[in-house]
Amino acid sequence: MLPVLEVKGVSKKFSIRHESGYLSLRDRVTDLFKPAPSSREDFWALRDVSFDVQPGESIGIIGKNGAGKSTLLKILSKITPPTQGRIIGRGRIASLLEVGTGFHPELTGRENIFLNGSILGMKRHEITARFDAIVDFAGTERFLDTPLKHYSSGMQLRLAFAVAAFLEPEILVIDEVLAVGDAEFQKKCIGKMEDVSRSGRTILFVSHNMAAIQNLCTKSILLQRGELKAIGPSADIVTQYLTSLDSQILDTSGYIQVHPEESNKPIRAIEVLCDGRRSATAYMGCELEIRIYFKALEVLTNPVLGIIIKDLQSTPLIGVNNRHYTGNFETAPLNNGFISMKIPYLTLFEGMYHVDVHLGNEFKDIEVLQDCFQFTVEPIPFSSSGQLPLKSINRMFIKDIKWILNSSDHVE
Amino acid sequence: MQELHTFEIKPKKAFAFNFKELVDYSELLYFFAWRDIKVKYKQTVLGFLWAVLQPLLLMLIFTFFIGRAMQVSSDGMDYAVFAYSGLVLWLVFSSGVTNAANSMVTNAAIIKKIYFPRLIIPVSAVVVALFDFIMAFVIFIVILLIFATPINLSLIYWWPLALLLTIVGTIGPGCLLAALNIKYRDFRYVVPFLIQALLFLTPVIYPVSSISQVWLRYVVALNPMYAAISVFRLPLSTVAPDWTLLVISLSSGVLFFIIGLAYFRRTENYFADIA
Repeated sequence: MLPVLEVKGVSKKFSIRHESGYLSLRDRVTDLFKPAPSSREDFWALRDVSFDVQPGESIGIIGKNGAGKSTLLKILSKITPPTQGRIIGRGRIASLLEVGTGFHPELTGRENIFLNGSILGMKRHEITARFDAIVDFAGTERFLDTPLKHYSSGMQLRLAFAVAAFLEPEILVIDEVLAVGDAEFQKKCIGKMEDVSRSGRTILFVSHNMAAIQNLCTKSILLQRGELKAIGPSADIVTQYLTSLDSQILDTSGYIQVHPEESNKPIRAIEVLCDGRRSATAYMGCELEIRIYFKALEVLTNPVLGIIIKDLQSTPLIGVNNRHYTGNFETAPLNNGFISMKIPYLTLFEGMYHVDVHLGNEFKDIEVLQDCFQFTVEPIPFSSSGQLPLKSINRMFIKDIKWILNSSDHVE
Repeated sequence: MQELHTFEIKPKKAFAFNFKELVDYSELLYFFAWRDIKVKYKQTVLGFLWAVLQPLLLMLIFTFFIGRAMQVSSDGMDYAVFAYSGLVLWLVFSSGVTNAANSMVTNAAIIKKIYFPRLIIPVSAVVVALFDFIMAFVIFIVILLIFATPINLSLIYWWPLALLLTIVGTIGPGCLLAALNIKYRDFRYVVPFLIQALLFLTPVIYPVSSISQVWLRYVVALNPMYAAISVFRLPLSTVAPDWTLLVISLSSGVLFFIIGLAYFRRTENYFADIA
């Protein structure tokens, strides 16, 4: 049987202009008088990516931020053309890069179902035929004739996903849309996607959620800096990805360069300190400090640093930001410096952990680095017996448990 | 086994037009136009009446200040009829071009997330303007009856032709400006000024015969709307049309249409990257 999708040597080049964002006519006019054109840099978001998808296969696409996952999805969705190479598809393709594309706040739920369905590529008679099922799945029948702007964000999301769930293409391209919504609804969505892949249709799925990838996709591809690094069974690729995070540590001393000085992204470097010394290896019970050096382009008021520490299965173990604690930096508007998080003693057991960093202000994230570095925790016994609590029967390591033996008689 | 729909994605050629695809997506065109019409009149007290009020009020203003006060001639019609007949098409052009010019920018979020032939967006913006035309046209008939304007019914076939010229004359500059606007946001400021200036450079509120310099008539005729409005007035007018001027205006309209679509097509592929 012929592959459902043949991706052949796809590359995508962007030209980056260094000075400003929008082109303006003034730039164009003044360019005429400049001897040299303004500095442009070619950036290959994807380079010579090739793979085939056989009928009934679902493919997970994984990689770091900036590895080219979104560009690949945009090319597959025909939103942007490739610079080189081609893709041959056999079957109807629909893509879901966002839930609720084209939703309009002034229109009612009913009207938005038709509009969104049509934008996603459904015919009007198809939407009419599935209308009741969509409303049922979303659970919003009481508000069908209410303008969408009065919906809660959760309701909007449910409605949006419900419309998308009833798309029935042979190939479905999905970006990380499941990262939102409550746990119960996420389960419902994953369930729906499992139905789709079980019915023999193809899903191409981008996610940072390794559990979801392994659940849904038989095969995965790993992208790294625009190139196809590996393709194979999902479990293998996920492991390869997670261990490859290791190699991002340029310096095993615990200092990670993030963006160069001239970049317009804020985070410059990350430093990991264990008991005050720079090190990518921590030990159980040590004082762990994570410092984020940044240079915001505009004054950053009320900076918020969020740190998520996860194990190798991507299960978050610690997820905190300074606003959860007394670390409110409102009086010190910073635009250049570092924020650090200090954990007085580390409650993690031995093993490898990777970290997400969120830097922003109280309203939004300015930069998010997913899985941006990894550190190991090693057991260093401090008890006189040389033993440590066992990892197999503990979830967290509590260092300062006091043990008291009192030999006097028990007193009521 | 059912026949499979195959597709191919490859680097785009600049000038290949896929008409079949446009037809496939005609329902989406309808939905975009329907959305904009709904949204336009939601939460307005007068609703669809606004579509009629605008040409009516402009007609009253022009009738008093230009028709009466300045005694501008009107090709043998009542000035009010003359002004309204021009305005009813002019407003399709002005709101159609303005909507289309902004349409790609307002729909940037959708463009970045889903594929469809991009041409649907500016064209649906023009369809919204046509919806207003239908309302205003009904009032036009009422005005003709009130003023008891003699209509040469054997020439009534010029009306649909005038509408067609208006659509062609609106889509061309509309698509051109939509594509330019997404690349250079300067056009956001250019468009309102352009539309306002063109109103006075088009024989909407004065007849072309009132221009005494002949060369200036040729300049005015470069505006695609000149032909549309003149043709629309044919069944009402007692003055014979100037065919040379009409051909100039018609050619200019067709030229703009081709340039507009070609430029739009050429830049379309990269809208998602620069929007």
